Amino acid sequence: MMRAGIKWFAMATMMLWTASAQAVLTIEITRGVETGLPIAIVPFSWEGPVAPSQNVSDVIEADLARSGRFAVLPRKDFISTPHQDKDVVFKDWRILKAEALVIGSVKLVSPGKFQVQFRLYDVFKETQLAGFRYTVAGAMLRSVAHQISDIVYEKLTGEPGAFSTRIAYITREEPPHAKPVYKLQVADSDGFNPQTVVRSAEPLMSPAWSPDGKRLAYVSFEDKRSKVYIQNITNGQRELIAEFHGINSAPAWSPDGKQLALTLSRDGNAEIYIMRLDTRALKRLTYDPAIDTEAAWSPDGKDIIFTSDRAGSPQIYRMSATGGPAERLTFEGDYNARASYAPDGKSITFVSRQQGNFRIAVMQLDNRTMQILTDTSLDESPSFAPNGRMIIYATEVRGRGVLASVSADGRVRQLFKFEEGDVREPAWSPYNRVLQYKE
Amino acid sequence: MKNGKHLVVSLLIAFAMAGCAGEQAVKPSTTGGGEQGAGAQTAPAAGTAGPSARELSAQKRAELLAQHRVHFAFDSSAIDDDARAIIEAHASYLVDNPSINVTLQGNCDERGTREYNLALGERRAQSVEKMMKVLGVAGSRIKTVSYGEEKPLCEEHNESCWRQNRRVDISY
Repeated sequence: MMRAGIKWFAMATMMLWTASAQAVLTIEITRGVETGLPIAIVPFSWEGPVAPSQNVSDVIEADLARSGRFAVLPRKDFISTPHQDKDVVFKDWRILKAEALVIGSVKLVSPGKFQVQFRLYDVFKETQLAGFRYTVAGAMLRSVAHQISDIVYEKLTGEPGAFSTRIAYITREEPPHAKPVYKLQVADSDGFNPQTVVRSAEPLMSPAWSPDGKRLAYVSFEDKRSKVYIQNITNGQRELIAEFHGINSAPAWSPDGKQLALTLSRDGNAEIYIMRLDTRALKRLTYDPAIDTEAAWSPDGKDIIFTSDRAGSPQIYRMSATGGPAERLTFEGDYNARASYAPDGKSITFVSRQQGNFRIAVMQLDNRTMQILTDTSLDESPSFAPNGRMIIYATEVRGRGVLASVSADGRVRQLFKFEEGDVREPAWSPYNRVLQYKE
Repeated sequence: MKNGKHLVVSLLIAFAMAGCAGEQAVKPSTTGGGEQGAGAQTAPAAGTAGPSARELSAQKRAELLAQHRVHFAFDSSAIDDDARAIIEAHASYLVDNPSINVTLQGNCDERGTREYNLALGERRAQSVEKMMKVLGVAGSRIKTVSYGEEKPLCEEHNESCWRQNRRVDISY
């Protein structure tokens, strides 16, 4: 069935930047924490004729608040508002019980070019923990802000931040008196700067990032049945990967990016296969009359976890990526599905039915304890941030599909509110490129 | 799209009532004695004023043939009695009309995961396919496709909507 050779398609609709990204989305923290490291972020000063479209310090503040690791102090309480090192009075911040302080400035240095400086301090030790200077175009100001958030996060928690990453997701819009439009989109980790990678009149499903963050595998129904494609998100080049008889679905990249796990029913029943991307050679992994689907790789590439209803209801199983017997991992409840690993391989997240509600769960693999992280009813598609601290998922609010995120410990949750349409199937990208900066 | 489907269905009803009714009544047990056939056969014995067994069976069959959807329970691809009667009617129509092919599109409600539902939708289409084959329709004339939960008919989040969405669409 597979056509010989590699087929490349140029995408007409690639990389459509949405003009007013800011109007598309608001983020609402639906569950917060009182604990967290107290941090003060002084609004950055601005030097130039017209204020830039992006407020760098606002983005940093939102990032850090969203992480659940920080208590961001209210600006109205600030005694002083320093922008330069010489203006910092540590006593002013100790009074507020701030443990960390971020200051900075944004300056227009040439037409369209901005210089962003920031400094991070330990208030009690009265020392500078980090200080960088970036010179970037206006369109990159949000990226700089996310990168500053990553640095602050890493300096203060000892773990890398994941603010400079991106999310892929599917949207469905139904304009009045017109057919629905499906889009595969990629946005910053906070939902801003959405860009359309694929647009279709038929459903799109299951976006999956390549480990290098450059390509997305996904399922498209553009030919009136499910087929799997891989698309380069920067140049739009597209490859048809699977169009076998039956369903072609659930693509999942191996950690080395050389193989793709797929669900195919070419042999009559939904089974998991592994395709080598260089030769397109297929190896069948599961042999069971039940549904076997939703494969995900362990970070070391040795194991596959997947959903199977071989015991009568959908449950999570684990097997070697080279084949062999499968071990059942979930026993609580009658519906556990679509699992994926945390980046450290120690836990998995999946969808679990609890008293008729579909919620996001996490299971520690060493002792098999399961924790339910959400309390809504139609939650799906959980995906870990590359630092393992947050999980993004899709849920439903007032009849519409929306994205939401929850900290991996369940303590902080927020909704990404898009203005229109259904948003679904988020997938968190691997770590992203780093901008150039000077100490 | 929708209008086209309706037209096809109307044509099918007309076809069933006009052309195939007589033929079908001659061999009512191709289905292995389903509920509908039995009911239609016992009905005329009770009263002579009503429609004949042949007419009743043709009418019943036309009604069943007008239904191009069969429904399923949550996370199930089992065919219940209502679905069985509809599938039987379509199978005998296909047996009587060997030049016509059929597409079975499996669908799910929004609950549960999308990829699992894609496989479940296929399994639903396959269970209708299996029954049609048992009833004498050649496998080469049946095409199955699954849309999982991607093509809901009804978009509210309640059981009455979900039931409508857990379906196999039978189309010619």
